Amino acid sequence: MNARQRERIAPWVAVIVLVVAWEGIVRAFSVPEFLFPGPLATARALVDYAGPIAIHSWQTFWTTMAGFGIGVVVGLALGFIVGSSRFLYQACYPLLVGFNAIPKVAFVPILVVWFGIGSVPAILTAFLICFFPIVVNVATGLATLEPELEDVLRVLGAKRIDVLLKVGLPRSLPYFFASLKVAITLAFVGAVVSETVASNQGIGYLMMSAGSQMRMPLVFAGLVVISAMAMVMYEFFSFLEKRLTGWAHRGQR
Amino acid sequence: MIDVMNDASETRKVTGGVRDFVVFDDVSLAYDESGNAIEDISLSIDEGEFVAFVGPSGCGKSTFMKLCTGLHAPTRGSVRVDGEPVTGPLKITGMAFQNANLLPWRTTLDNVLLPLEIVKPYRSQFRRRKAEFQERARTLLRTVGLEGYEDQYPWQLSGGMQQRASICRALIHEPRLLMLDEPFGALDAFTREELWCVLRDLWEAQRFTVVLVTHDLREAAFLADTVYVMSRRPGRIVEKRSIDLPRPRELEVTYEEPFTHLVHELRAQIGEIRGGKP
Ligand SMILES: Nc1ncnc2c1ncn2[C@@H]1O[C@H](COP(=O)(O)OP(=O)(O)OP(=O)(O)O)[C@@H](O)[C@H]1O
Ligand SMILES: [Mg+2]
Repeated sequence: MNARQRERIAPWVAVIVLVVAWEGIVRAFSVPEFLFPGPLATARALVDYAGPIAIHSWQTFWTTMAGFGIGVVVGLALGFIVGSSRFLYQACYPLLVGFNAIPKVAFVPILVVWFGIGSVPAILTAFLICFFPIVVNVATGLATLEPELEDVLRVLGAKRIDVLLKVGLPRSLPYFFASLKVAITLAFVGAVVSETVASNQGIGYLMMSAGSQMRMPLVFAGLVVISAMAMVMYEFFSFLEKRLTGWAHRGQR
Repeated sequence: MIDVMNDASETRKVTGGVRDFVVFDDVSLAYDESGNAIEDISLSIDEGEFVAFVGPSGCGKSTFMKLCTGLHAPTRGSVRVDGEPVTGPLKITGMAFQNANLLPWRTTLDNVLLPLEIVKPYRSQFRRRKAEFQERARTLLRTVGLEGYEDQYPWQLSGGMQQRASICRALIHEPRLLMLDEPFGALDAFTREELWCVLRDLWEAQRFTVVLVTHDLREAAFLADTVYVMSRRPGRIVEKRSIDLPRPRELEVTYEEPFTHLVHELRAQIGEIRGGKP
């Protein structure tokens, strides 16, 4: 087995080790199932409640993707605006940082008052929590431009917008895709957090109600489903990043 | 616009260029309250002339380039290029720096084509005449020895090759004025001498005006018709020296007597400036 094959297998081995250790601990200390179920019990719950889990997962998935979609559009637009001018960068940055420091859960009660219980607060929470890294990354990518390259272009009569489109935007693409990976996982967090308090659908809601009935295996099944969805989406954007901005990773410049 | 450019290249071929192409009249520039970066610069460069600027670090050589290309306006005095006062960026110039600054997501060919996507009148014709422009870029790349690397990305090229491509990018829109700010500063001695010859051949063939900033006195003496020596900040011209070595010059001359003597003299002068009164 060569080094590359070993690298490919390693994550799966890590998962197996974790699962085995988990089951082992639960059995060794004979922890009751309603407190901390083992992987077997969790798997059983996954199978037994496959139907409801699928329905709630779909709810969580589409609200997350909707919030993420809005986050990408808003994040790109805001990042472009903020990054295209030094003045706006200086003006808006503290505001954005301050906004980012607010725990987004704090918005959920407000959103419920405005929009009622249901999908809308979940979408908006996902959006609020995920757009910030996109803004920062796009703005940073745009704002960092070698002064000499700018001279080369400016002397040719390039307008600010030429420089942004020909150099700034392509340059910020790797930053943008890197931020998508962060944003998609945050979006799942936002949607699920909102569902636990302000919805009667979605994995968050399912876990909350199952927890209140002490059906712990089902709660854990929910956890597994969320992390699986987040992982798949992360890998998807990671793949997109490699395909579209390979030049930023191949070789050192 | 096209006609003007063609006219220019005609005169260049026939007469060898107009006199007083670039004229600095008593020019000073202060970036901020800290005083003048350069001071009382008066000089004139003929079209087709190859001039080099040498001087201690921070004396205002790059600043001179900014004034020359219209990227910065003087605080006092006037700059004229081709008979017209310079009021904004001069698109008849091409620039290259110590860092090649190629865009890593574009192939070498597309990097060289970049100016044509920006500068008028080419930008509006870019789509239509793309094949022709590409051919022009390929020809240029061939003359600097980059044939076969057109479709490589910059990070697949060595530093010297990147610098060749950067010079092609500076020349693709057939500028009348080429500004080079320490273009060979980051290269090893052999590559540097190779590129001297590349630049010499390009210049012999096209006879654009060159302003070369360099720290290397041999480089200045080998390539230039005129070497200007600048003082420490605030930068003034303390010496204008014509290099009368016959052209075309071969690398061998740099090891022979009149040349080494000349370099020694320049060296002594710079030493005086550096060690001299503050
Ligand atoms: N944008 C700027 N704002 C303020 N001061 C500047 C600016 N650019 C250059 N200076 C100052 O002007 C002086 C001349 O700078 P310049 O870059 O022209 O020097 P140089 O001769 O090119 O130096 P080097 O050989 O190190 O490249 C320096 O003292 C520098 O600090
Ligand atoms: Mg400089």
